Amino acid sequence: MSVSGPAAAIDLKGIDKRFGAVHANKAVSLAIAPGTIHGIVGENGAGKSTLMSILYGFYQADAGEIFINGAPRKIVRPSDAIAAGIGMVHQHFMLVEPFTVLENVVLGAEGGARLIGGLTKARTELQRLGDAYNMSVPLDTPVSELAVGVQQRVEILKALYRGADVLILDEPTGVLTPSEADHLFRVLDQLRHQGKTVIFITHKLREIMAITDNVSVMRRGEIVGTVATKTTTPQALAELMVGRTVRLKVDKAARAPGPVVLDVRELSATDNRGTTRLRDVSFTIREGEIVGIAGVAGNGQSELLEVLAGIRRRASGEILLHGQPLDPAHTDPAKLREARCAHVPEDRHRMGLVMSFSACENTILGYQDDPRFTPHGLLNRTAIAADTSGKMIAFDVRPGNPQLRASLFSGGNQQKLVLAREFERDPTLLIVGQPTRGVDIGAIEFIHKRLIAMRDAGKAVLLVSVELDEIRALADRVLVMFDGRIVGERGPDASEQDLGLLMAGIAS
Amino acid sequence: MSARAAELPWWADALVMPVLNLALAFLVSGGVLLALGEDPIECVQIMFNGAFSSGSGIGYTLFYATNFIFTGLAFAVAFHAGLFNIGVEGQAYIAGLGVALASLYFEFLPAPVIILLAIVFSAAFGAAWAFIPAYLQAKRGSHLVITTIMFNFIATALMAFLLVNFLKPDGDMAPETRTFAEHARMPLLQDVFGWFGLTMAQSPLNLSFVWALICAAAVSLLVWRTRLGYELRTLGASPDAAVYAGMPVTRLTVIALMISGALGGFLALNEVMGSQNRLTLEFSGGYGFVGIAVALMGRSRSIGIILAAILFGALYQGGAELAFDKPNITRDMVVLVQGLVILMAGALEHMLRPTVGRLFAGCSTTATAQEA
Amino acid sequence: MLTRTIIAITATALMAGAAIAADKIKPAVVYDLGGKNDKSFNQGVFDGATKFQKETGIKFRDFEIQNDSQREQALRNFASKGFSPILAVGFSQAQAVAKIADEFPKTQFGIIDMVVDKPNVASIVFKEHEGSFLVGMLAEMAAKSGKVGFVGGMDIPLIRRFACGYVGGAKAANPKAEVFQNMTGTTGAAWNDPVKGGELAKAQFAQGADVVYHAAGGTGVGVLQAAADAKKLGIGVDSNQNGMHPGSVLTSMLKRVDVAAYTLFDAAKNGKFKAGVQALGLAEGGVGWALDKNNKALITSEMQKAVDTATADIKSGKIVVHDYMSDSKCPY
Repeated sequence: MSVSGPAAAIDLKGIDKRFGAVHANKAVSLAIAPGTIHGIVGENGAGKSTLMSILYGFYQADAGEIFINGAPRKIVRPSDAIAAGIGMVHQHFMLVEPFTVLENVVLGAEGGARLIGGLTKARTELQRLGDAYNMSVPLDTPVSELAVGVQQRVEILKALYRGADVLILDEPTGVLTPSEADHLFRVLDQLRHQGKTVIFITHKLREIMAITDNVSVMRRGEIVGTVATKTTTPQALAELMVGRTVRLKVDKAARAPGPVVLDVRELSATDNRGTTRLRDVSFTIREGEIVGIAGVAGNGQSELLEVLAGIRRRASGEILLHGQPLDPAHTDPAKLREARCAHVPEDRHRMGLVMSFSACENTILGYQDDPRFTPHGLLNRTAIAADTSGKMIAFDVRPGNPQLRASLFSGGNQQKLVLAREFERDPTLLIVGQPTRGVDIGAIEFIHKRLIAMRDAGKAVLLVSVELDEIRALADRVLVMFDGRIVGERGPDASEQDLGLLMAGIAS
Repeated sequence: MSARAAELPWWADALVMPVLNLALAFLVSGGVLLALGEDPIECVQIMFNGAFSSGSGIGYTLFYATNFIFTGLAFAVAFHAGLFNIGVEGQAYIAGLGVALASLYFEFLPAPVIILLAIVFSAAFGAAWAFIPAYLQAKRGSHLVITTIMFNFIATALMAFLLVNFLKPDGDMAPETRTFAEHARMPLLQDVFGWFGLTMAQSPLNLSFVWALICAAAVSLLVWRTRLGYELRTLGASPDAAVYAGMPVTRLTVIALMISGALGGFLALNEVMGSQNRLTLEFSGGYGFVGIAVALMGRSRSIGIILAAILFGALYQGGAELAFDKPNITRDMVVLVQGLVILMAGALEHMLRPTVGRLFAGCSTTATAQEA
Repeated sequence: MLTRTIIAITATALMAGAAIAADKIKPAVVYDLGGKNDKSFNQGVFDGATKFQKETGIKFRDFEIQNDSQREQALRNFASKGFSPILAVGFSQAQAVAKIADEFPKTQFGIIDMVVDKPNVASIVFKEHEGSFLVGMLAEMAAKSGKVGFVGGMDIPLIRRFACGYVGGAKAANPKAEVFQNMTGTTGAAWNDPVKGGELAKAQFAQGADVVYHAAGGTGVGVLQAAADAKKLGIGVDSNQNGMHPGSVLTSMLKRVDVAAYTLFDAAKNGKFKAGVQALGLAEGGVGWALDKNNKALITSEMQKAVDTATADIKSGKIVVHDYMSDSKCPY
């Protein structure tokens, strides 16, 4: 499609970028009309972030030109981008937590050796901006005391304070509750009315449909389509993203659950700093049942997973496995594995895999005491490699090379490696955290099917995910966590609004 | 997509980077030598010849290398487990006590038994000295770097106290033990060769060198072929993954550091039992710290550590020859050159890496382009 | 390329050897870990050797060791290249000298501050207790309070020998003399810790000492400074340190390592090298006390007279200053 009217706010022409053997951006051209919200969707690794990083000056393109308001600009470093009126709100906020909002905003733009002048100026300007865009923030509160959604507003204000006309938002809703996301969308709408241009990067099609004017789809470093949002559907966008027809719905037969496998009673736990993160949580999981835990990230789900996996000590409460209470002093991951509890951790980079190890070495992680793999304390490499090959075939891990380093697999294949390791042991209880985070749509389909298969094989499955769609698609029962408590239980057919209110801690 | 540093092919990582770093170090040193009015090429020749052109030179080179193999392996084992053992110096120093114990108080035993005892005692003392910081780190979360550095100081004070007050023969000036009996020393390689009717140049090179090579092989086996090694590497690469996998993290931390301390302790075999033949003050002479550079340069692999150790041995020996032959070049200059190599190889490891990475990326890009 | 270099180097070495071999000696010095610029002991040797070089035109070579293993290596290196006499500085070299002296029986060796019993080794030791006795007398006579102090470097018998002689001298001048003694440390670092030296001296002044004598190498710089700051008196050691704080340094106990080095080289040059122990005391001019314009006003004629008498008595054997190192005891 062509951009009519005035010169494009941003016009990228033939942007090309390689990282070693990876061709991250292949001659990408993209024009963004001023005063619009332009969505960019694509799977992980499609090149969205690279493209934006080039625009913001983190990387240099190998080839290609950038035009801003019709004029060619050289952007070598972020300060060039800021000077050109581009602001960026990162997925992970770039805020200094103990500093106040005001101090964070002036950071890098202090305006002289003496802070006081810059602060006064900033205060007035921020009040004006807050009024103009209807997003007031407490200027003198340390950032660490603000809710995530407010922190994000600080980031936006920071960009505006530096004179941004174009705002890049990288996966902005990942950390927000549905209501916070709604608030963000209202702010973005306001910005659009005031003539600002917004580039909105996401992989959630729902958000694209809700807020953007135009949308570009990226796949394997290329833009495979740019359309006006009104004229398209989520299904069409998904097919563009993946390059083939995908099923967004999971088929799931009704199934009567069996006896209780896991019985959690009034479980409480603290995080590493001693803050209570889990408060009197009770629930059960039966054979052949997927229990989904929904909630905004950081409401105690991670601690719940860790306690159940034996990684974190509980502060109080009881856990019964097949009716037998687990002794808190002697519950560790090794013991739980022996008791046939498998755990797919939330963060495969940090916990589920050792990125610098080969696929082989990763498939014995947690099972290193198995005499098949380590007879007499020595690694039996042949046996390990054979076992790994088998698992890779069973879970369609590509490339199927057991000696390849874990970091060289794509996110989806890494996750399949973890699942293969945990599922193939025939566990009775499966604890699964964020099974499809950072995984491409093709692999998501595969992983969902496997989870359902485990359920149908009579396993008890605990599924923790921040993707509400995933929970609703897979779970037989949905528990919602807020502030360390289970604030409600719903069936899988509960409305999104209903669940959203629970997640925000408003309803119960 | 994250900005991952360009990956180097393994051979570039193992060969090109060390050679480049070394070249850079020599370039800077050359500049310093030029400023002193010396011909850098000639100096390099003197160093090289001093280290490799005579039997005695090679002997000294390998003698120093033995120290570095032990300390390099010591650092590497802990490093595989993600632990930064700065205390090899102190562990080796304390291990001297173990050697002295074997050589002085068990001298009524036959030589092979004394050697065996010395190996066991030096390992035990080194490991014991590593145990306390290890325990503090594993159980109490005290920062290992801090505690091991502190323990180096404590070792220095303790050894001075013991040597001055207990171990020194009465009336002797130097705070050192009496000289070990002939049969209570580590046999020099020249003597071992002599037993078979072969001759070898004079040098303090002794059987500890052979033991160092055995240790290198054993460490390689341990790290890459055993479950313990696998667990140590997991702990080093990702502590969270180690917890997730149910590994006994506390125990692993302590074991890794004790193995590290034991390996470092073997330095005393070479220095005390093989060369000085008596326990002296400060015999560990900074070898523990250079071991860090050796391990980093050798990529924590046994074969790399042996090669890096020989390089540093050559620097020590060649440096002595340089100071000997060039009155103009003081020993401080030699230390400067050695320091530059450590700086480039260890501390500034990542200075050239991105550039080289880009070069390699560029090459492979053109290659793929041609294929396509 | 490499072979050519080796040939070239060998050739140079041979030519150099041939040029000097005629009738001149090839002296060499191996310093201890302190290095030749330690402003004290090693430097004294360097000064003596330099004086010899200036006067005779015979060049000497030297080497500063970096670690213990280099002692033997350096000695062997010099010996195998035909250097003789080779002077090893410091007691730590004894083992290495003994070994290399066996390997090269034709080479002449010297060692300072230690006895090595070999037919080709000259062992030069000093009777520091005799010099210390004299400065002990001076200190006590100058101290109005009757209290004097001693700050040693590393706590070794050699330094206790200084201390013991010093106490003996003070008690000889005044049987009721009170002597405070402190050692800076037990390791080599004690030779170079002027801050601690100053602290120890200050503490002794606070206890009432009027004069403090140091035998502590670089640490003594702090002792003398503290004496000057407190308007008290210090006593220097080894070389003449009177000029460091004129008027505040009562005197210096001289230990003439420079003379020792010079004498050894000179004897070798004249074919008069003698192996065995040479104990240089007052009679041999190896130790003494410094009197120059800087401290002239501090030394009364009475003090001068008393010390001169004692000197004569020691030389004649009428007074025998106890040597701590003979029995590890100090009877004073």
